[in-house]
Amino acid sequence: MANYSTNEFKSGLKIMLDGEPCNILENEFVKPGKGQAFNRVKIRKLISGKVLEKTFRSGESVEGADVMDHDLAYLYSDGEFWHFMNNESFEQLAADQKAVGDSVKWLVENDVCTLTLWNGSPIAVTPPNFVELEITETDPGLKGDTAGTGGKPATLSTGAVVRVPLFVQTGEVIKVDTRTGEYVNRVQK
Amino acid sequence: MNWKPGADLATLQARAKLLADIRAFFAERKVLEVETPLMASAGVTDPHLVNFTTQLHQPGSQQARTLYLQTSPEYAMKRLLCAGSGCIYQICKAFRNEEQGRFHNPEFTMLEWYRVGFDHWQLMREMQDLLQPILACDEFEQLSYQQAFQHYLGFDPLSDSDEQLRELCIEQGYENFADSMTSRDTQLQLLFSHLIEPQIGQTSPCFIYHFPASQAALAQISGQDPRVAERFELYYKGIELANGFHELQSADEQEKRFAQDNQERLEMGIDAAKTDSHFLAALNSGLPDCAGVALGLDRLLMLIQAHSDIDNVLSFSHSRA
Repeated sequence: MANYSTNEFKSGLKIMLDGEPCNILENEFVKPGKGQAFNRVKIRKLISGKVLEKTFRSGESVEGADVMDHDLAYLYSDGEFWHFMNNESFEQLAADQKAVGDSVKWLVENDVCTLTLWNGSPIAVTPPNFVELEITETDPGLKGDTAGTGGKPATLSTGAVVRVPLFVQTGEVIKVDTRTGEYVNRVQK
Repeated sequence: MNWKPGADLATLQARAKLLADIRAFFAERKVLEVETPLMASAGVTDPHLVNFTTQLHQPGSQQARTLYLQTSPEYAMKRLLCAGSGCIYQICKAFRNEEQGRFHNPEFTMLEWYRVGFDHWQLMREMQDLLQPILACDEFEQLSYQQAFQHYLGFDPLSDSDEQLRELCIEQGYENFADSMTSRDTQLQLLFSHLIEPQIGQTSPCFIYHFPASQAALAQISGQDPRVAERFELYYKGIELANGFHELQSADEQEKRFAQDNQERLEMGIDAAKTDSHFLAALNSGLPDCAGVALGLDRLLMLIQAHSDIDNVLSFSHSRA
């Protein structure tokens, strides 16, 4: 994998740090009028998800990380692995629990997810921004209630729990924003 | 393609007013406005500055001559001082390659002035006279470099050991700067810029004075304490605004510092820089006792207009130029 000089740093660049692939979130050039220049970067470690700050001497080189994003459709889980397929090549990939992480609660069959591969193996799964899921359990709400009150918790078919307005009932399908875990609206079946 | 300027009209007007205010200030104090070449036959030796260069093709000459775009007008202005100009100031563009970011544009506007017969204390007072009305702020604070380190990091930069400094780097999460290959000055600059600068001068501008002698640049070494140089910097709201010296007068010492810079360049794996022979010859003929300071006007405008990116105070920053 190529090395990158700090001059090439920009958000989105993938580099290796402490043996772990990382994504650069922010890059700030720090240079006293007299003296050494630095690049202060905010980095997300792609396996642990940890966000940290790191400073490099400007001009220093850092090893790049062979990290690629692929859009793949979710097929099924066999309990140990989650299987995805490339809709064009029909090639399949399996992600383990560590890679799937919290995204497991937003996986809907045939939805296209983004799989982050490091040296060819999945290290992260990002669900689509919006998913549609059926409510399997929620308290019966008050009749005539409109959105705006605090709402109530609802359990979805994947096990995710989101707050929904009181008028939403068990068996209905709702749209959820996976980035925030918030209810968006009901979906006509 | 975005053809529009990065600065809004109010900021362009504020810039024009700032320049007018500065010129009025110096006119009243009988400081002479001068202009010096932006392209010159030599650049800087400072290993942390990179000159832009260009080629001059003279009529009748087969060979092109390399000219260096100036990183500051310091050498030429000192030649004027040596020639007997008296107190002078200049507002000009300065050029520094490989510098860009929220506070850096490779081409920027600098105010530089020299006061004959002043030491750094008198010049700091004059800076406050100039800047206090412009920034509408309180009295400036003053802290020595040593006090700043002691207060914020419990470390004495003048007497604590290299080993203690390495430990401090590790303790603060900068293990990658704690190796023996990293110079003491780089470690100090790292800690200062990352941990001290964000804390000083938050309510009113703060002078940091008496930098370690190893970071003297073109300042005199203090007669009272040879561990420090009579150099100061001004910081306000996390921004480094100005750098000033009680100016070094000795041509021999200047030549020595140029040689040290070039030695450091070689150790860093970069070419030695051509030294400015005009400047050294002028120093040899005698520089009057004086203090001088360079102030970044784009950053000053960022503070006046409360902008957080230099792009917003320039008509066209390098990405739009």
